[in-house]
Amino acid sequence: MIDTERTDHVWQEDRGQRSFTPAQMAFRRFVRHKMALVGAGLLIALILYVSAGSLFYSEENANYVDLRARLSPPSWEHPFGTDLAGRDLLARTIYGGQISVIIGLLAVVVSVVVGVLIGAVAGFYGGWVDAVLMRFTEAVFNIPQLFLLIVLAKFFAEGVPTFEILGRTFSGSVVIIIVVIGLTSWMYLARIVRSNFLSLKEQDFVKAARCTGARDLAIITGHILPNTMAPIIVSATLQVANAILAEAYISFLGMGVQPPTATWGNMLNEAYNHLEGAPWMWFFPGTLILVIVLAINFLGDGLRDALDPHSLAQAD
Amino acid sequence: MSPLLDVNDLVVRFSTVAGRVHAVNSASFSVDRGETLGVVGESGCGKSVTVLSVVGLIQQPPGEIVSGEVLYEGRDLLQLSEQEMSQIRGRDIAMVFQDPMSSLNPVLTIGRQISETMTVHLGMSREEARARAIELLDVMGIPEPAERYDDYPHQFSGGMRQRVMIASALACSPSLLIADEPTTALDVTIQAQLIDLVRDLRDRLDMAIIWITHNLAVVAELADRVCVMYAGFIVEEADVFDLFAEPLHPYTLSLLKSVPRIDQVIDEELFAVPGSPPDCLWLPRGCPFVPRCRFAVRRCHQEAPPLREVGPAHRAACWVDVGTGRER
Amino acid sequence: MTRYVIRRLLQAIPLLLLVSLMLFVLASNLGDPLASFGGVRRRLPAKDRERLTKKLGLDKPIPVQYLIWLVGNDWMEIDADGDGVPDERGTRRGVLRGDFGTSFTEKRPAIEIIWQRIPNTLLLMGTSEVVVIVLSLVIGIYSATRQYSVVDSIVTTLSFVGYSMPIFWLALMLIYIFGVNFRRWGLPYFPVVGMYDLEVGRTFGQVLWHMVLPVASLSIVSVASYSRYVRSQMLEVINQDYIRTARAKGLPRQMILFGHALKNAALPLVTIIGMDLPLLLGGSVVTEAIFGWPGMGRLYFKATNKADIPVIMGILVIISVLVVLFQIATDVVYAFLDPRIRYD
Repeated sequence: MIDTERTDHVWQEDRGQRSFTPAQMAFRRFVRHKMALVGAGLLIALILYVSAGSLFYSEENANYVDLRARLSPPSWEHPFGTDLAGRDLLARTIYGGQISVIIGLLAVVVSVVVGVLIGAVAGFYGGWVDAVLMRFTEAVFNIPQLFLLIVLAKFFAEGVPTFEILGRTFSGSVVIIIVVIGLTSWMYLARIVRSNFLSLKEQDFVKAARCTGARDLAIITGHILPNTMAPIIVSATLQVANAILAEAYISFLGMGVQPPTATWGNMLNEAYNHLEGAPWMWFFPGTLILVIVLAINFLGDGLRDALDPHSLAQAD
Repeated sequence: MSPLLDVNDLVVRFSTVAGRVHAVNSASFSVDRGETLGVVGESGCGKSVTVLSVVGLIQQPPGEIVSGEVLYEGRDLLQLSEQEMSQIRGRDIAMVFQDPMSSLNPVLTIGRQISETMTVHLGMSREEARARAIELLDVMGIPEPAERYDDYPHQFSGGMRQRVMIASALACSPSLLIADEPTTALDVTIQAQLIDLVRDLRDRLDMAIIWITHNLAVVAELADRVCVMYAGFIVEEADVFDLFAEPLHPYTLSLLKSVPRIDQVIDEELFAVPGSPPDCLWLPRGCPFVPRCRFAVRRCHQEAPPLREVGPAHRAACWVDVGTGRER
Repeated sequence: MTRYVIRRLLQAIPLLLLVSLMLFVLASNLGDPLASFGGVRRRLPAKDRERLTKKLGLDKPIPVQYLIWLVGNDWMEIDADGDGVPDERGTRRGVLRGDFGTSFTEKRPAIEIIWQRIPNTLLLMGTSEVVVIVLSLVIGIYSATRQYSVVDSIVTTLSFVGYSMPIFWLALMLIYIFGVNFRRWGLPYFPVVGMYDLEVGRTFGQVLWHMVLPVASLSIVSVASYSRYVRSQMLEVINQDYIRTARAKGLPRQMILFGHALKNAALPLVTIIGMDLPLLLGGSVVTEAIFGWPGMGRLYFKATNKADIPVIMGILVIISVLVVLFQIATDVVYAFLDPRIRYD
């Protein structure tokens, strides 16, 4: 209809522009966020640090006990200093970082699965199913996460023995922590998914799908769920940060991942008693936690603005 | 006598994620004292942006008033500071918006929202303002005004809320009232009541009005003169009777034709202007109405027509004489 | 509005029951309740186990055990000598009356121990909450009104950093800078342990001085996130139609900001703060542990380390109830402040 070929015009200073697909619009919005880009960059840098770092330091380096070098400050040989047992802290932060990140990611997988499941069932079926599930969700939500984490970690930690994957040994507490963090963080997502489902299931495209004989599961997974992806992605991203923090808190208190497996959190636990004397012991792991959580928060904020521009927190 | 408001060559653009939107393209119009100017056009044609620019309520960024002048009683409003502008707003020029529910602050009483202009602009005390506000509510036809003064917007119906909005706009007896589709969100019957009310007030207060609407019937009832806008351009401007009797722009013609008539033969298809309004990210080279115009000639594709006199006090932006179908 | 309050209170009851049920399930699974009898190393002979099982009522069906846990058994007869025949009245008064059993470590009723610590925690958290509210409002409004400016960008970035910080890292940093190094540099320094100096005694000044670092640790993270929330709420409100109307009326900027915008923007903050209590409590565990503040959080930590189940369960129940009540309180405050709900 409109004459698309002719673009120069007496009034017009800029060329006309095509309209964009939703995905392109999302990308454009995302890229406008300098902080989100910074976050993405930081995150990539950190992931590289913990993964590629293991090419430079083997796990042995991380666990190598050298009592002569114990508690030495940062130097060329040990850029982050050494800990109580003379182990190189830089290497330990690399391997500890791997565990912290893995725990964060896997815990989020658990919480997303549980949260989406509960939210979808509650939102889709409504009625008493919804009422019961939501009361349950609220009840769990009302118990402060850290308290629950502490008691669950303490009393169920003996469940899993140390195990080996790919030639590396992991303390069984890793699995427990993953499950426990996952099981105490799904509530927020369940609520979001549920309210999305409640509104989406009334939409015409769902009615249309039913008319063509689609069954419930197909409708949920094929129609409604794809439309809820935006808040799920945003929430999952931010949850990784929370999960990493949760692991840090509980390991700091000494009830999380047990030595010798290092995580950034339990390195801080060891460091606590040497506050004055050896600040490098807590400074580096703590700062790394801060940086990765910060990066994820920047990223999540940008994602939220890109994918879900009508939600509350509008950043600049 | 010079006009109360004189807008010349106003150009306004917006920067959006998708690109730059040409919202208002070289608009020029004027309003005399006590005169009612109707502004008609489809949604998105730039009517609201134009009047918001007049009172300086366009956010810059992402908006940008590129050029033009807005002369109110001889002063160019675009050159005034925010401080000076805020003294004019609410006192000399008042606005009424489309959606009374969202345009009233839900957590403040309506009484307070009417009184505040008076305490700020006219220096009245709380009691004086309250008394006058109650008077206004009474004039607006709101029952038990003294009690309702302390009520909140959600306790009123849509039509009543709009009356409250009008009351707060008229509180300082402005010389110019700008109404941006104030009745669009309301029932037809309520709409009719409000229009009667406004007509009555206008005559009493000798107030000029710019009334924006996409409803031609409202224009016919209220306006002295009419501006027709399309894609950010003013395409026709005339006395209301002349406009309806003899529209000189193809768009106006189509608009009038698309209003269903009671005496219409039943099996005739209702007329709708073919095509859809342009995406203002685009500015085609020639006249913006070309794709939907049945009178378009070659010149229309190449050069956009300026708004010029084509009859006594009647301007249109068209190369073609719609009466004959030939180029002027 | 009274209807609303009553409705909320009634709604809370099934919620509290559900929470108590979940906590009971947790309590029952925290390990062998008979393990604390018979000494640390010996396992009890089977006959004794059987006797104790009957005495403690562990052979009863679960729902009955839950009931007893909740309301005690002093209104019924139990089998005190384990011979299968009920003979005495029980001694437990139940969780609803505050009976959580006797602490394993201190041999006192758990509730007594907990009760002593609650005021300290409330003091810490109450002060933090006030600091959080005031600072968030100030910072949030300030940066909302200066959107896109350099100050706004700095504040926003700092906020991100602030709420990405683990509280304990922040606490350690504060201790290191203000506690340790200030002292080294001869500057007035902040104490880092306990609620007051034992030599000086529990004076107002002492407590205040000792509160500075813990409150700072607890509040900074929350201020960082809430100031952003206030900022975004203000920005959203500023873009509302009614603010446009206020500007169209030519009202002065201050009046629009504080008279029109703020009330709308601050309202959701009330709800958010209500939801914050669980997080603040969690933070208090860590903060109290680090600063040696004698509150409930530290008690919980110690009790967990010593597997002192009565104290653990007591704290869990009390804080869950606190959280639910606090949420009701904030909902009621919100309903009061929002005329759309108050006059309905």
